[in-house]
Amino acid sequence: MSSLLRRIVAALVIVIALAGASQRASADAFDDALQGFLADSFSDTADAIEAVAASGHPRSTIVLEALQGGQLVYSAETKKVFIKDKAGALHDAITGAAVAPPPADADNVRLNNRLRGMLGGVLGGLTLMSPDPVRRLEAAQSVFKSRDAAALPALEKALAAEQNADVKQALLEARAALVIGSGDAAAEDRIAAIEVIRVRGGQDALSILGGVPPDAPDAVRKTAASAINSVQQSLAVWNAVQNTWYGLSLGSVLLLAAIGLAITFGVMGVINMAHGEMVMLGAYVTFAVQQLIRTYSPGLFDYSLLIALPLAFLFAGAVGVLIERSIIRFLYGRPLETLLATWGLSLIIQQAVRTAFGPTNREVGNPSWMSGAFELGQMTITYNRLWIIVFTAIVFVALLAMLRFTRLGLEMRAVTQNRAMAAAMGIRTARIDALTFGLGSGIAGIAGVALSQIDNVSPNLGQGYIIDSFLVVVFGGVGNLWGTLVGALTLGIANKFLEPFAGAVLGKIAILVLIILFIQKRPRGMFALKGRAVEA
Amino acid sequence: MTSFSLIRILDRGAIVFLVLLAVFAVAIPALNLLTPAGSSFHVPTYFVSLFGKYVCYALLALSIDLIWGYAGILSLGHGAFFALGGYAMGMYLMRQIGTRGVYANPILPDFMVFLNWPELPVYWYGFNHFVYAALMVVLVPGLLAFVFGWFAFRSRVTGVYLSIITQAMTFALMLGFFRNNFGFGGNNGLTDFKDILGFNVQAETTRNALFFCSCVALLLGFLVCRALVTSKYGKVLVAVRDAESRTRFLGYRVESYKLFVFTLSACMAGIAGALYVPQVGIINPGEFAPGNSIEAVIWVAVGGRGTLTGAVLGAFVVNYAKTYFTSGFLAPYWLFVLGGLFIAVTLLLPRGIVGTINHWRASRSEARSAAEIPAAMPQAAE
Repeated sequence: MSSLLRRIVAALVIVIALAGASQRASADAFDDALQGFLADSFSDTADAIEAVAASGHPRSTIVLEALQGGQLVYSAETKKVFIKDKAGALHDAITGAAVAPPPADADNVRLNNRLRGMLGGVLGGLTLMSPDPVRRLEAAQSVFKSRDAAALPALEKALAAEQNADVKQALLEARAALVIGSGDAAAEDRIAAIEVIRVRGGQDALSILGGVPPDAPDAVRKTAASAINSVQQSLAVWNAVQNTWYGLSLGSVLLLAAIGLAITFGVMGVINMAHGEMVMLGAYVTFAVQQLIRTYSPGLFDYSLLIALPLAFLFAGAVGVLIERSIIRFLYGRPLETLLATWGLSLIIQQAVRTAFGPTNREVGNPSWMSGAFELGQMTITYNRLWIIVFTAIVFVALLAMLRFTRLGLEMRAVTQNRAMAAAMGIRTARIDALTFGLGSGIAGIAGVALSQIDNVSPNLGQGYIIDSFLVVVFGGVGNLWGTLVGALTLGIANKFLEPFAGAVLGKIAILVLIILFIQKRPRGMFALKGRAVEA
Repeated sequence: MTSFSLIRILDRGAIVFLVLLAVFAVAIPALNLLTPAGSSFHVPTYFVSLFGKYVCYALLALSIDLIWGYAGILSLGHGAFFALGGYAMGMYLMRQIGTRGVYANPILPDFMVFLNWPELPVYWYGFNHFVYAALMVVLVPGLLAFVFGWFAFRSRVTGVYLSIITQAMTFALMLGFFRNNFGFGGNNGLTDFKDILGFNVQAETTRNALFFCSCVALLLGFLVCRALVTSKYGKVLVAVRDAESRTRFLGYRVESYKLFVFTLSACMAGIAGALYVPQVGIINPGEFAPGNSIEAVIWVAVGGRGTLTGAVLGAFVVNYAKTYFTSGFLAPYWLFVLGGLFIAVTLLLPRGIVGTINHWRASRSEARSAAEIPAAMPQAAE
């Protein structure tokens, strides 16, 4: 929503700037042309429309569009033309400045059907010739979509004059779309056009190619059929790529949420039902940081996530250590009781957040470097998803390195494999437990920072991820972090590939059923610990 | 399987429980129906339905205690069996509405007419007969539990892994039942019931009768559970709970023992759900929510797992507290209380109310038979 608004504002700024820059050049011709509207006769208006279009003035399109929308107003007394905005206020047609007391005799410029038809053609040609390449591109794309054969002459004219490569390509495609459907074009032209559309690909191409009339020459129809085939193939490939991308994105979110759970479960055999609430706390830390930045130094907003990351880690980690020291350490050896106690804890944390921040969603903004998207082939990649994948990869690698190369990591692995033996070797298992729990909760906290960018920040945020995270842990096993990685990505991708066939809900159910079946084959997950630890 | 002896089943605690339950079952309807509305002994009909609801919850708690307290299976999805039983009963009640629905369709329930369904789906056939519906109340949860348990126990899924996949099961069912095209009324569920067996569901006498039936069901369920856990079969279950591998090495087919008790427990939960629905007048997919199932587990934990009477007591105590808290200005604090209850019970009162009393009495009197102590001191499953 906010990015859309930002784009609209940016577009307006550009239009106004352009209008200011080249206004003087064609101002006189434009002024004269506008006088034609004052007569209120259809033939004069027709002349005026052509004159305005020919003036090349940057506001000519605005004036003609206003005319088309019945918003052009003239006043014979002051000899001026105005544009009425939606609120009913008048603006000078030449400068765009608001006119405070509207002239007494202001009246709409009237149109008849002949003028309306003429206006449509002139406007199409005008936007195709607009000095702004963005407008030209939009015009070409709208012609491509509408496939209005009347626009063909304007297209040819625009094509001849076009310098910008992107716009030229769009124009070529638009012309091809028109040529394919028209019976007047030569067969060779139509085949060439089919080739252009085939290269373009996409869902639109399919409908254009499918629209080849049955009375077209055999060669044309054959080419079209084979083109449809090839477009469909490329569509299928892109579809798969797109699904994989969505799956990766979902999988990385799952991985972020589940990785802390996997660590605590692996080391301590404890299922922490309040893990989702740690994620939620991390998201609320982000919200609090952004509120403070908005109040005290809005300039830092782009860095809000970077500031929130360590804070969320420390806050959630501290809460985790507190939970471990006050509740969980009394429940070792009783995993089912731990499960119940942490569930109770999750209810308390949720309700506490609900009391403090209210039950509704809180708005967490995207910094500028996380908003927007870019096109890759035929799919759209949003920056926030991309960054979350990158971020997940960084967290994963950092954690892997920590487990592999630090003393704490070594001790954690030792406790995971054989608690009694580790204790006998002089590792203080109680300390490891507390630190592990803190680490797992801290990672949940930074997962919350990432999730605040793509999900609603509400007290129920954690609930939505907890069951999926459990399934990742159950599926991947607790032997090592790779199990969690494979588990999360498999579940994410499988989910996204099932969705188109089965719908989101049935896809999810299918995944649950598949996991329950999978557990039959490997009751301890894909990467299970082997040896005595299993039956401990 | 074992010699059936009443003396074995009915120890002192069980007799006290049965007498109290019988008095409760008779006294509440009597005080509702036989006393004038103004009398200080009068029990309003609202309370009859409320207590009836508690009794159904108690039966659900009993079924959870049977598997958790005696076999060490912590199911976080027992609400699913409860809700399935409830849906089976709800489907019968929907078919009884007949032409009195908003759309007055003699065959199709209102929501199907609303969704433009041309005819009754096959799985709704037969639900206009009470006997068939009653059969389904037991069979559907039982069959699901059998299939689920067969897969889970055969591959030795135990402990928290089992808890989590049972939770996933109820979650999947919830998602499914929320869908309109599943044919169970989507997120509105089944409601607006009129008759049960020809009697008006709303009528005072019907409500009292339903309350009485629920008490009878709880009583029968209790007797079945007692018979089971005091038999040789029950001893093996306790052995499975305390040392699964050792029991297996002694030659017992652990998975068969677990599967039987899990299926039986699911059937009991289904019956509890079926009695619950006509008393509250609605069944919707919210009953499948994982939170509900976990809440039911805490009833058992509060009362004392592995005691049976404790499960019933816990269901009453916690639900009364819930009614008390959520109906007044204290409503925002209920979740704090419930969450605190989870923590306090696991940390401070691991044996639950009845378990603690039993333990206290057992340690006071040396004369108590040693056989009861293990039942009063449940260990965590491995």
